[in-house]
Amino acid sequence: MGHRIQIEVNGKRYEREVDARRLLVHFLREDLGLTGTNVGCETSLCGACTILVNGQSVKSCTQLAVQADGTSVTTIEGMADGQDLHPLQAAFRDNHGLQCGYCTPGMIMVAAGMLADNPAPTEQEIRQGLKGNVCRCTGYHNIVKSIADAAEQMNGKGGDS
Amino acid sequence: MSVFGASIKRREDPALITGKGKYTDDLVRPGMCFAAIVRSPHAHARIMSIDTSEAATAPGVIAVFTGQDLVRGEAGGVVPTCWLLPNLVTPDHPILAKDLVRHVGDGVAVVVAENRYQAHDAAELVEVDYDPLDAVTDVVAALEPGAPQVHAEAEGNLAFDWDLGDKEKTEAAFSQAAHTVSVDLRNSRLIPHAVEPRGALAEWDDAKGELTVWVTSQNPHVHRLLMTLASIGLPEHKIRVIAPEVGGGFGSKIHHYPDEAIAAWCAMNTGRPVKWVATRSETNLTDAHGRDHASHAEMALDAEGRIIGLKVETKAAMGAYLSTFAPSVPTYLYGTLLSGQYDIPAIHVRTLGAFTHTTPVDAYRGAGRPEATFLIERIMDLGAAKMGLDPGDFRRKNFIAPDAFPYATQVALEYDSGNYGPALDRALEMVGYQALRDEQAERRKSGDGKLLGIGLSTFIEACGLAPSQVVGSLGAQAGLWESAKVRVHPTGTITVYSGSSGHGQGHETTFAQIVADRLAVDVDQVEVVQGDTREVQFGMGTYGSRSAAVGGSAISEAVDKVIAKGKKIAAHLLEASPDDIVFEDGAFHVQGVPAKTQAWGDVVLQAYLAHNYPDDLEPGLEETAFYNPANFTYPFGAHIAVVEIDRDTGHVELRQYACCDDVGNVINPMIVEGQVHGGLAQGIGQALWEEAVYDDYGQLLTGTLMDYALPRAHMLPSFDTDRTVTPCPHNPLGVKGVGEAGTIASPAAVTNAVVDALSTFGVEHLDMPLTSEKVWRAMNQSGNGQG
Repeated sequence: MGHRIQIEVNGKRYEREVDARRLLVHFLREDLGLTGTNVGCETSLCGACTILVNGQSVKSCTQLAVQADGTSVTTIEGMADGQDLHPLQAAFRDNHGLQCGYCTPGMIMVAAGMLADNPAPTEQEIRQGLKGNVCRCTGYHNIVKSIADAAEQMNGKGGDS
Repeated sequence: MSVFGASIKRREDPALITGKGKYTDDLVRPGMCFAAIVRSPHAHARIMSIDTSEAATAPGVIAVFTGQDLVRGEAGGVVPTCWLLPNLVTPDHPILAKDLVRHVGDGVAVVVAENRYQAHDAAELVEVDYDPLDAVTDVVAALEPGAPQVHAEAEGNLAFDWDLGDKEKTEAAFSQAAHTVSVDLRNSRLIPHAVEPRGALAEWDDAKGELTVWVTSQNPHVHRLLMTLASIGLPEHKIRVIAPEVGGGFGSKIHHYPDEAIAAWCAMNTGRPVKWVATRSETNLTDAHGRDHASHAEMALDAEGRIIGLKVETKAAMGAYLSTFAPSVPTYLYGTLLSGQYDIPAIHVRTLGAFTHTTPVDAYRGAGRPEATFLIERIMDLGAAKMGLDPGDFRRKNFIAPDAFPYATQVALEYDSGNYGPALDRALEMVGYQALRDEQAERRKSGDGKLLGIGLSTFIEACGLAPSQVVGSLGAQAGLWESAKVRVHPTGTITVYSGSSGHGQGHETTFAQIVADRLAVDVDQVEVVQGDTREVQFGMGTYGSRSAAVGGSAISEAVDKVIAKGKKIAAHLLEASPDDIVFEDGAFHVQGVPAKTQAWGDVVLQAYLAHNYPDDLEPGLEETAFYNPANFTYPFGAHIAVVEIDRDTGHVELRQYACCDDVGNVINPMIVEGQVHGGLAQGIGQALWEEAVYDDYGQLLTGTLMDYALPRAHMLPSFDTDRTVTPCPHNPLGVKGVGEAGTIASPAAVTNAVVDALSTFGVEHLDMPLTSEKVWRAMNQSGNGQG
């Protein structure tokens, strides 16, 4: 039995029929073709699937698509402004904050949520804010550095997030 | 500044930071359907019957296959091991179990359905009637008389009994020892946990008789070869294996698993493209695990504290089946490293490989070398304590002298180069070693504050796998050279086809740096292609810290051939002898006559025009090299961990971690540092938190990320890294490899730090992981109560 949902994703409105049990991450990846959001554990424990729902970071593998009815969603594909990278994207590249890249969309999205709440986090605050996201490549060292760098850039520009 | 050695930003990143990277699960093919594998819930059971009738009629189901009906024809259906030790017992590993299941997670059937929800739903409806049997999961228990048997042909569960070194000489050394120390230790079982789960997408072209498999692979040509030889049976040229973006491997994506072969057979049987992607629970049950050793080691010392002998006996778990390279890991990648950085005149090591009713064990980042390093660096601390020496001084006393290279160890390796003192000096300086010892003494005296511990690990690794003749004589069923093709296009831009297959290491960037440096072209003029058996000539892939040292050297040699041909063309144009032509700064000129010059672009264009051209030379400019290394490479370093332990709870906090690594010349320092950071986190994870635990019935108790404690950002400090540079003398780039250094060195450094903190409680050794409970018990069972 399908449910009709209306959802705004990266500024574009979609109306779709989904099964009640369809996960939001599968809706994004398979129905909308937005495969930038990755699935690492299907249990909210690795954070690879993190997106923003109404500006809050959310793990899309344990939210149903029907729960996102009427919300505004931002995925990694919606972070850059045309050719202009979001400061977090640029900082991850500048600071070698990624290796295999699989956790990276989730890391960037959780950081976006973090910096919206706390525009100038300390190293410890950044590390605490990443608790729910696993990276197996970087040892987090350069991810922490990337987020601190992005915060600085964004504050320098007046903290637009 | 030279492009070789520059921290240029990675060209891989723009796609990956914008969500445009395409991993296996991102790929869609027309008519694609999904497979879900039905897995055994028992560690050991006889399959009495399988009823697929209900699953077959479930919504969306296209087909259901069991081990009896998945594989058609004579060939195919098993996954092999590729490293044959003397007298190795090699039971079949069918891609779906037929009669017996041997570990929780062993596949018994597969459901193909229109979408992944329907496939997983229907997999629940497959009725398997099992007759459960007794299981054994512990490596020591598996080798005891009367243990449940994993395979009928492996009596006593023994897969192999292997040894290396001179037993008599070692016993003689022990008979002359002034002092001996010994330790019994476990090297904990680990789950690799690449964040991208394993997956495969298989497509069958019936008209051409061709199979294409996109798979999460570190070595697509090896996967293809094993599909041809064992699991699929199609000719090699009729299989195309593609590794798209791969989300981390750490060894776990080297091996040929049943799952990609199952997906391929499903595609061939149904005529539809079939995708299979593991859930996280499936990866934990089926990705080859790492480590799982039980060892006894003894070290003999003379009166002055010089090591005169080392003997080691190790029991190594193989799991339920022999995975692709499993037999090599606790033998040739382990025993050969037991001399560490030390001049040890007599060594003997024996390893017993045991089948257990668990997930197979194979290479995981470091593969044998972390186990060896943990053992030698632990017993070094025991030796230092026995002699009443500082652990740094004791190590220094036993270092191989810098003028002793090349140094032949007692365990079959010839270290080509090394200079161990400066790295240790630098690491001690980085942490402020003496001040830390003073702080520790002060805390011990006052009893105030947390316990402070400082741990050293001066390690060596053998990587850049490896001389083909040597590994062949040791049982490898493959050569371990690497290939590269350098194609110069008519306009002078370049495509490099590398047999390495990166999955996060940044090859597209660093390999372009190698070529740009050699040919003095802009790095953006060089493209790197890897990971596709149709595009790229046969290659061995990426593991064992080999891609820069072996894959990079292959590229360098292919560039040599390009330059050599360019010289012949330039000589013709300049009316000179090719022997008189030099290639410098991007131009060919006559030696000593810089005015007589031909630009790179002109020579390239002439290679394709062939108008004004040597008679005996083929047109075109494209060269291939297969580089077979003369030796392993030997990165080394000194790592120091500083821990604080809560006296009331036993909680260990890693306060500081500093390391000085020597990985030879460095192509891209930014990437090298990133590799060290990631390796450290994995090694520290093993030391403090990670462990795969089975209960007595063979259930994996750490099957999810709720139970298996991966390191997270808040559990780690930032790392202090530095380098010394001792170039590798036998490869053209002088590079050694860096992928595994952090993981090899750090478990011992952290464990030594914790044991150092607890030394006043009489603690001499603790096995990893050093959980709060384990540390608290160590403090409270020794009865000292002092700190």
